[in-house]
Amino acid sequence: MAGQLPGTDIAAEMAGVNAHPAAGQPLLRIEGVAKTFGTFRAVDGVSLDIRAGEFFALLGPSGCGKTTLLRMLAGFEAPDEGRLLLGGTDIAQALPHERPINMMFQNYALFPHLSVRDNIAFGLKRARLAREEIATRVAEMVALVKLEGLEQRKPDQLSGGQRQRVALARALARRPQLLLLDEPLAALDKKLRESTQGELMELQRRLGMTFIVVTHDQEEAMTMASRIGVMNAGKLVQVATPRELYEAPRSRWIAQFVGDINLFDGELTQRDGDRLVIATGGAGTLIAAAAREPAGGTRLSVAVRPEKIRLSRRGTESEHAAPINRLDGVVADVCYLGGTTTYKVRLDAGGMVQASLANSARRDADAYGPGQPVVAAFAPDDCVVLER
Amino acid sequence: MSARRIFARPARFAAIAPYVWMVLFFLVPFGFVLKISLSQTAIAQPPYEPVFDLTAGWAAIRAAFAALGIDNFRLLVSDDLYVFAYLRSLTVAVMSTALLVLIGYPIAYGMARLPRRWHAVAMVLVIVPFWTSFLIRIYAWINILQHDGLLNQILMALHLVSQPAVWLSTDAAMYIGIVYSYLPFMILPLYATLAKMEPALEEAAGDLGAPPWQVFWLVTFPLSLPGVGAGVLLCFIPIVGEFVIPDLLAGSNSLMIGQTLWLEFFTNKDWPVASAAAIVLLLVLLVPLLLYERLQKRQLEQGR
Repeated sequence: MAGQLPGTDIAAEMAGVNAHPAAGQPLLRIEGVAKTFGTFRAVDGVSLDIRAGEFFALLGPSGCGKTTLLRMLAGFEAPDEGRLLLGGTDIAQALPHERPINMMFQNYALFPHLSVRDNIAFGLKRARLAREEIATRVAEMVALVKLEGLEQRKPDQLSGGQRQRVALARALARRPQLLLLDEPLAALDKKLRESTQGELMELQRRLGMTFIVVTHDQEEAMTMASRIGVMNAGKLVQVATPRELYEAPRSRWIAQFVGDINLFDGELTQRDGDRLVIATGGAGTLIAAAAREPAGGTRLSVAVRPEKIRLSRRGTESEHAAPINRLDGVVADVCYLGGTTTYKVRLDAGGMVQASLANSARRDADAYGPGQPVVAAFAPDDCVVLER
Repeated sequence: MSARRIFARPARFAAIAPYVWMVLFFLVPFGFVLKISLSQTAIAQPPYEPVFDLTAGWAAIRAAFAALGIDNFRLLVSDDLYVFAYLRSLTVAVMSTALLVLIGYPIAYGMARLPRRWHAVAMVLVIVPFWTSFLIRIYAWINILQHDGLLNQILMALHLVSQPAVWLSTDAAMYIGIVYSYLPFMILPLYATLAKMEPALEEAAGDLGAPPWQVFWLVTFPLSLPGVGAGVLLCFIPIVGEFVIPDLLAGSNSLMIGQTLWLEFFTNKDWPVASAAAIVLLLVLLVPLLLYERLQKRQLEQGR
């Protein structure tokens, strides 16, 4: 998909489709949407604005309601409460075939009895386009996803990656205002997944289309999306850019769900400007900078990402001048991951801490073996203070 | 090392077993019938000649072979009675199978779309009539269809007819009986294909702009064709040779080939002609079977 677009400039044409919502107005406004199956509240009062041209990811563990939300956008489920405004019109009760939205299904759902060409043309024929127009658009799509020469094949004569491309081309062919992608890369192997991530981003940027992707894979969401909405138990718990989400998670749950993190539970004992002094059980007294005032309560957690923790041999740590947290401990476990090495350190105060070091920054290869007494240090600014 | 050896022998036996079955219970009896169809009728025990007697020596067997002929097959083509019986059988089978598809498809579709936990219940409801003897069920229909039977009582009560209609001994009664008896054989294969169809395929069609009726005709129906084929074969072939239902429910002025066979065997005691009729029936039924097999093979090849 990388490289030049085919002759006709469909990128510009497609971007034009998305230009119609009034400036400042979101393309899609999800307003207090809820869906209950029996007694199970799958989606619980979700409100969210999606801007035109955005690559938005809905991230969450399985069963969190992200797929149900996506299915409501596609029209396969009707919300029990709330509104879905697409360009200002409520589409909550519209049938799937009445919506200018297309979806790429998790297992692609290609029609097994139709060729690649007929799969891609399916939506165009339903739109009653002229025969020549359909032929042109199918050719464009085939070129866009680089499936030239495979037009006559049936889906089961294609590889997983090729099938994924057919599914994408079929969903894009109608030039939807909004493209929904349900776990688009889950069925691909790791190597192909990484290259396809790049291609999807490139395609989205070039077509200027609005993508909403549902995924349980936080790395995938972080890599591709410009904004991420994290869902848990039917609720949207945080909407942020990948960076904000990682650096400033709003809750313990989000901090643990997105990436690895060290959490120290404790009590607020003292406050000095934006510095909080927190007495923790497993790591002694910690000093943390609170970017955001914790709302009430003194029961707090200090969260530190493993890569923010510096390790040094005991006795050599005096070089750090800044007022930092220093925790004495002994290396318990070393895990070499290629680019980085992860150390698990058993703290003298009783807790465990995980530190991740880039191997390029490491000075001597076997500096810290298991049993090595070390100091784990981190600055107050590297901490995130979260309510418990 | 031995896992392979342990499994090898039963596996080989399992592969051979169907062939043994086919030879014992199909090919050998077929050979007998074929031989009788080439014989002449005789007033004797058994009622045909020649009779192969392996103890009578080589010359006698050669003479017996020489006595075989295709006269019975000539009779079948030259006598209207048989030609019409074949034609009527095929007509009845085509009509009934068409009715079965029209009635069975919506039922199978409805079953496949039921919530999961109701599937087993629906399945049992379809199969439950089999727990009663087939003959008893046909006699029950005679009861329902007779002059003062349930059907006429209902029609009268609803003022749809002013006088009891004649049902018994009509083609209508026969079609009712056939459709009723064969419906499970149409529903079950259809249900099996429809139930295992990925629901996302229908959703994808809707998502791509197809209203529900197009979703059905463009996706659901084409993908259920293997089930339709299986159901049609399961019904069509036995209906062509059907004997009991037309005998009990239809009139006696035109016979199906199964009834003709019965007459030849038991009333006329003409085993050779009956056998010839059976052989021709088998050949007629081979045609749809071979067509279906060819179709399936092509689908399999496309599948790869």
